[in-house]
Amino acid sequence: MEAQTTPLNRALYPFKLRLQLWGRNSLNLLRELGKQPSALLGGLLVVLFVLMAVLAPFISPHDPTKGNLREQLIPPAWEKEGNPKFLFGTDMQGRDLLSRIIYGARISLWVGILAVGISASIGTALGAVSGYYRGWLDTLVSRFADLLMAFPFLIFAIGMMAFLGPGFTNLLLALTLKGWVVFFRLARGAVMAEKTTEYVEAAKVVGQSNPVIIGSEILPNIFHSILVLGTLRMGSMIITEASLSFLGLGIQPPTPAWGSMVADGRDYLVTSWWIATLPGLAILVLVLSINLFGEGLRDILDPRLKVE
Amino acid sequence: MKFSLEVEEQPGGTRFPLLELKDLTTVFPTQRGLVRAVDGLSFQLHTGEKLGIVGESGSGKSVTLLSILRLVPHPGQIVSGGVHFRGEDLVAKSATEMRHLRGKDIAMIFQDPMTALNPAFLVGDQICESLRIHNAIPRSKGPFSRLFDRQRKAAEFERVWEAMADVGIPVPRQSARRYPHQFSGGMQQRALTAIALACEPQVLLADEPTTALDVTIQAQILALLDKINQQHGTAVVLVTHNLGVVAEFCQTIIVMYAGQLMEKGHIDPVVEDPKHPYTRGLLRCLPRIGARREKISPIPGLVPDLADLPPGCPFSPRCDRVMPQCSQVETVPLTELPDGRLVRCLLY
Amino acid sequence: MRAVKVLERLLATIPIMLGVAIVVFLFMRLTPGDPVDIMMGEAGYVSEGEIENLRREFNLDKPLHVQLYLFLAGVIRGDLGNSYTKHAPVSELIAERLPATLELALGALIFGLVVAMPIGIVSAVKQYSVVDRVSMAGAFLGISMPAFWLGIILMLLFSVRLQWLPVAGRIDYDASLQAVTGLHVLDSILTGNKAALISSLRHLALPSVSLGAAMAATVARILRSSMLEVLRQDYVTLARAKGLVEFLVVTKHALRNALIPTVTVVGLQVGVLLGGNMIVETVFGWPGLGRLVVQAIFSRDFPLVQGAVMVYAFTFVMANLIVDVLYTYLNPKITL
Repeated sequence: MEAQTTPLNRALYPFKLRLQLWGRNSLNLLRELGKQPSALLGGLLVVLFVLMAVLAPFISPHDPTKGNLREQLIPPAWEKEGNPKFLFGTDMQGRDLLSRIIYGARISLWVGILAVGISASIGTALGAVSGYYRGWLDTLVSRFADLLMAFPFLIFAIGMMAFLGPGFTNLLLALTLKGWVVFFRLARGAVMAEKTTEYVEAAKVVGQSNPVIIGSEILPNIFHSILVLGTLRMGSMIITEASLSFLGLGIQPPTPAWGSMVADGRDYLVTSWWIATLPGLAILVLVLSINLFGEGLRDILDPRLKVE
Repeated sequence: MKFSLEVEEQPGGTRFPLLELKDLTTVFPTQRGLVRAVDGLSFQLHTGEKLGIVGESGSGKSVTLLSILRLVPHPGQIVSGGVHFRGEDLVAKSATEMRHLRGKDIAMIFQDPMTALNPAFLVGDQICESLRIHNAIPRSKGPFSRLFDRQRKAAEFERVWEAMADVGIPVPRQSARRYPHQFSGGMQQRALTAIALACEPQVLLADEPTTALDVTIQAQILALLDKINQQHGTAVVLVTHNLGVVAEFCQTIIVMYAGQLMEKGHIDPVVEDPKHPYTRGLLRCLPRIGARREKISPIPGLVPDLADLPPGCPFSPRCDRVMPQCSQVETVPLTELPDGRLVRCLLY
Repeated sequence: MRAVKVLERLLATIPIMLGVAIVVFLFMRLTPGDPVDIMMGEAGYVSEGEIENLRREFNLDKPLHVQLYLFLAGVIRGDLGNSYTKHAPVSELIAERLPATLELALGALIFGLVVAMPIGIVSAVKQYSVVDRVSMAGAFLGISMPAFWLGIILMLLFSVRLQWLPVAGRIDYDASLQAVTGLHVLDSILTGNKAALISSLRHLALPSVSLGAAMAATVARILRSSMLEVLRQDYVTLARAKGLVEFLVVTKHALRNALIPTVTVVGLQVGVLLGGNMIVETVFGWPGLGRLVVQAIFSRDFPLVQGAVMVYAFTFVMANLIVDVLYTYLNPKITL
């Protein structure tokens, strides 16, 4: 190869190689996933939801926040008194339910991705450092993690939201503050196990500095476990967000969130069932697809996690 | 050549086999085709006889033992042939009848004693369970015998300690109240043997009992099996891939390959003068002390894929005396040699 | 011997509970804004003196570490402070509502286990059968479903459309039930009150199912996968080789070992039950602690919220302790 052997190139070479490998591995992964019908279905649905969320302004027939009181409580289009203008009917303020559901996907997906992403990053980072260096840092963080684990997830989230007040950022804070623990434990355990392997010894002998060892040797090997765990946790994060919104502690109106929509519909359950039912159905389908995809991912990447 | 076995003749005068397999075939349907794990296997086992079944992994030896007890795991099935025990065909028996038989008349011990013993129960209780299942110690008559039967329990404990002492487990009373993971490998295997012998079966099926153990413990376990055979008259079917073990312990030997019987005969003639090329190959693999410095020559090739066997003799691809007819026949028939040996080879 | 070890573990939970109390205390101090102002929100104009009185009453005039000390001292005594809005000790308010929540939690737990255990076992024993596939599909649905939605759907179906079961509440208004334990089902059995028993069971049904469904789904799945692994083990084949009846092979030998990882998961699921409890109580108007907390949150009654959160955390810690002890009974390789 005619590449210049500048110091920069030499340093970057392992990363370039890794990137290539990563690209090829990802393609293989997708191909494997494609072979499993449930994972494929899940993945497809997730992509659909994402598209729905991204293209919300273009595909929703009406404004989700504005409603005409004269058009309130119209049943879905397939019912007797339905109106094809409002496919899923309208709520008590005359807002189109379909548009609200489409926009609601944004919140759910956003919360899911961010909550899992941040928890995973913090948890993995802390776990890797604790597992590798051990010592007082490890003890401190582990004890703190154990303490957090004494709270049931929802209780903790509700407690935090109670004191912090509702809203998107507070919600995210509440979810990530408890969510990082499970990633921490995974990363810590994995790093402690990997630490004794030969390739780490080899890297040390060559004189690699510790952070580089962690970053470029160990982390790529535990990446797939973290990915699987993250996908599997996303569903519960979304359900937690929906539950908090249902209680009124999460996303506040007028932002449409599926959980609060279900809460709104509760009072009208007897006469206008669709207001509460359909948004909840959206939650179900989204979480189901994520779980299907996640399980497919796990079956391929890390069957060891199956018992969990 | 004649060999005297421990029990030459039955009281009735005839050499009626205790256990006889007639043309047993056990198959496993797999994605790639039907696997004939046991293919037309026939042999006889007499009272007090020590039979060894030798073969590589995948030769069907373990499945043979499981087939005898009808414990072949799903989706495997016995599709043809018979297993005659004391004259009755076990294949035709009902599930309940088989249950009465297992552990009481025919017992089995497994390869890895750590996984064969239930880690959640005390060793003594596991031995006692055999007694309970077959009601070896019947309930005492009395008003409260349904609820707590101290007499029976005491008798059972005695029996359990007896069995443990018999297999050489020290301090039976304390050891019985231990868990399997607290035992060493050799002790665990002895415990397994105690479970098997608790109801004094007539046949003991041993599936690679020494494979998971050190060589010194191996010798101890073999000595134990020998003692049991001598003292209780229990017939032993020892399955192993280790010819050395068989040579030391057994009276008769069966060599299996790809589910088929390749050679059968009394142990000494087979070891001194193996007829089948596979048997010859196996013997060549054994390092011998005192022999001329030869290279250990393994049998070339790999164990065949049982779903995809070559036509004719399954050993032909690896055989050093292979002839064109070997792959042309449908199946190689068994030939009986003048000294009573059976060989499945076109050379004879 | 074992009792001593259990006591040791019990004592070990004290530092955890202390930590929990500290965390909860910090929660409260996170609140933006002055708690007194929040309390006074509705009251209109209040004199300086009254504000000062309130501050002193709730110890808000003292420095933070003193507040923490007073708070912890109170907790150890069992004094969780006084409610801002209801002007009664928090511990009393919680104790009042606790039986209802306990009944719901137990109902959900029993439902969850009664459903999950047979399904988990049968699915594993008859792998790939119709029962297996249907159950696992159902379980998958169960873990993807939000509990509040399930509650609403059940309510819609059984209470509104079919009218088989009541919509809300714990017991019929006119059922006169003598309170012994506070658990209506138990009380009606103890006092021989058949009408009350039926009424309380009918009211308990839908909330228990809503709360317990997710737990049942998770437990069924893990039980199945543990059973599958265990059934492959040699000791199961040995049990059969001994001549043991298949039923006992499964229940005595296999299940015992399969329960080991399952029990741990059940312990964790209790946490989910405790959390979901608040939601289900809100959906069904169940007069328990969960609903009290939700109301307290909206009325900014922080001591009440604080106390309730601690009670929940404490219950969770205790439940996991029980699970740990149970675990050592099941797995002889682990001692306390």
